[in-house]
Amino acid sequence: MAVISVRDLTKTYHVGEVDVRALRGVSLEVESGEFVAITGPSGSGKSTMMHILGCLDRPTSGMYELDGRDVSKLSRDELARIRNRKIGFVFQGFNLLPRTTALDNVELPLLYNGAKSLKTSERHRRAMEVLKAVGLEERSHHFPNQLSGGQQQRVAIARALITNPSMVLADEPTGNLDTRTSIEVMDIFQRLNDERGITILLITHEHDIAEYARRLVAFRDGRVLSDQQIARRRSAADELAALPPVDADPIQAGLSDPGQPHQ
Amino acid sequence: MSLFMTLRIAVKALNRNKMRTSLTMLGMIIGVGAVIAMVALGTGAQSSIEEQIKSAGTNMIMINAGNFTQGGVHMGQGASTRLTEADARAVTQIPGVQYAAAGVSTRAQIVAGNQNWSTRAEGTDVTLPLIRAWPTKYGAFFTPQDVSSSAKVCVLGTVVSDTLFGENVDPTGQIVRISNIPFKVIGVMASKGQTSYGQDQDDTLFMPYTTVQKKLRGITYINNITVSALNADAIPAVMDAITAELRVQHKLIPGEPDDFMVRSLEEMASVRTESTRTMTMLLAAIAGVSLLVGGIGIMNIMLVSVTERTREIGLRMAVGARGRDVLFQFLVEAVLISLFGGLVGLGVGYGVSEGVRRFLEWPSVVPPQAIGMAFGFAAATGIFFGFYPARKAAQLDPIEALRYE
Repeated sequence: MAVISVRDLTKTYHVGEVDVRALRGVSLEVESGEFVAITGPSGSGKSTMMHILGCLDRPTSGMYELDGRDVSKLSRDELARIRNRKIGFVFQGFNLLPRTTALDNVELPLLYNGAKSLKTSERHRRAMEVLKAVGLEERSHHFPNQLSGGQQQRVAIARALITNPSMVLADEPTGNLDTRTSIEVMDIFQRLNDERGITILLITHEHDIAEYARRLVAFRDGRVLSDQQIARRRSAADELAALPPVDADPIQAGLSDPGQPHQ
Repeated sequence: MSLFMTLRIAVKALNRNKMRTSLTMLGMIIGVGAVIAMVALGTGAQSSIEEQIKSAGTNMIMINAGNFTQGGVHMGQGASTRLTEADARAVTQIPGVQYAAAGVSTRAQIVAGNQNWSTRAEGTDVTLPLIRAWPTKYGAFFTPQDVSSSAKVCVLGTVVSDTLFGENVDPTGQIVRISNIPFKVIGVMASKGQTSYGQDQDDTLFMPYTTVQKKLRGITYINNITVSALNADAIPAVMDAITAELRVQHKLIPGEPDDFMVRSLEEMASVRTESTRTMTMLLAAIAGVSLLVGGIGIMNIMLVSVTERTREIGLRMAVGARGRDVLFQFLVEAVLISLFGGLVGLGVGYGVSEGVRRFLEWPSVVPPQAIGMAFGFAAATGIFFGFYPARKAAQLDPIEALRYE
């Protein structure tokens, strides 16, 4: 079943007197369980595409169905609801609330889930569950400034997962991370995709990062330039195993513990 | 989001900047404290006036001869000479009237030995001490026999007694002279102090009204009648009954203006009370300005906070916060600052009021409704000045907000 179904999507910004046509007719289908990388140089329209797919913005024309529901003409409040229920965001800058524990950060989307308010204990249980999925249950009471960049991004991934979204939208998730930590984060995405069948949309301008996905959609000048399955997918787990271990940091079986807290 | 969670988040956000929060709160504390203190002073002044009214006599109604305005011409009190003893007797019969005392007064130069003093000689009836709840300090008030025989007796006010005979001296039985007529001092009134309009009630002397009429002034009319009603609620009805009765007595035809004036003491004092209330309102309004400044302080800090937390707002929106969730969150923060400031301000206001009462010995009472008022004002200030920043936050575009550096 298609999670995302986009047809003839256009987006035009009015900047002063000039019309900027960021998207010029994009059609795209993403099936449930896919791991899609969207790439393209800056100005290619991939960010605009991400905003529309993430229900943060509305298209000028065209149709966007998310989980079979047309969301292209919803109001601001309705879009907020869709974002809460269907989409998990992972950003380049992590965007964790400062001086707020990892656990509280992860619980944040549950605070906005409207009528079906959860009990505190249920929220904690679910938050611990997703923190465990990203290998951070030990650090649930740490503040963001006590966590390394990689750990912060894993908290952000846990936050994206807590509402059981239809898809995870990752916008340059490795942009602020070093090579090793980037691979570790991609390892988590691959595991979530392989083991749990979570649909992942990865927006990146780095080609080598895009190769961890299964399918590559390249944008240029507001159009889809190419859309193909990746023949030889990179395996983050294999690459991690090949890397020399970090000093006194035993790589655990299963999810490793990358990055150390900044001292 | 639940109110509880919103509160928790707000408290957390405010805790994050303790210094800033407490300084912003200080504006509200001063504002609410000033309003409470001013209202307390005004209420104190008002209640002290009420106290004075009570000391002048309970449920008192004054009937004066003449009318300030008669046929559009200002006549002045006492211009008419048509109030008589018979009127006083008629008023006594009116239901609801407890006592009535005919009154006629004059200026008198009073001489005792080598001392002399100019004062007001009030001719009145035996019921006056009852009407005005005014006991004697020495001796006794005059009797009905004294009234019917126009006896040459007088009861002194403490000021007169102290001046002529010295303080704490019982002058009962002494002879004083007024217009060369000897009067026997039969008593001294207890001290009563000043009236609400600044007249010294103790600088006077009382004698039977018949004595003033015949021995001092040579007249047959009276100047006024002092009446006490049975209870305060009956006052308006009694006043109407008196007016009706006197119009009959004076044979006034309908349409003809009254040639007398009936006023209650409350009515007379209400002018004073009114002016005090106006003063209180003025003071409270000035204090309100500091509340306004406090409110602007809140608005200012909330705007800074919204700008600082733009990314947080963007993130909250991305994970599903609606505009109204964000609006509510910031509004709750503003209201928390103002309410907590209001609470502390209430304490400060109480303290100032208590201090003024104790050290300056001004009457000062914090009225119970001031508590509600303080919270009402504080909450209203918080909502009013918190709304604009909160709305600004709620209207942020999530994409722009997430990108904000």
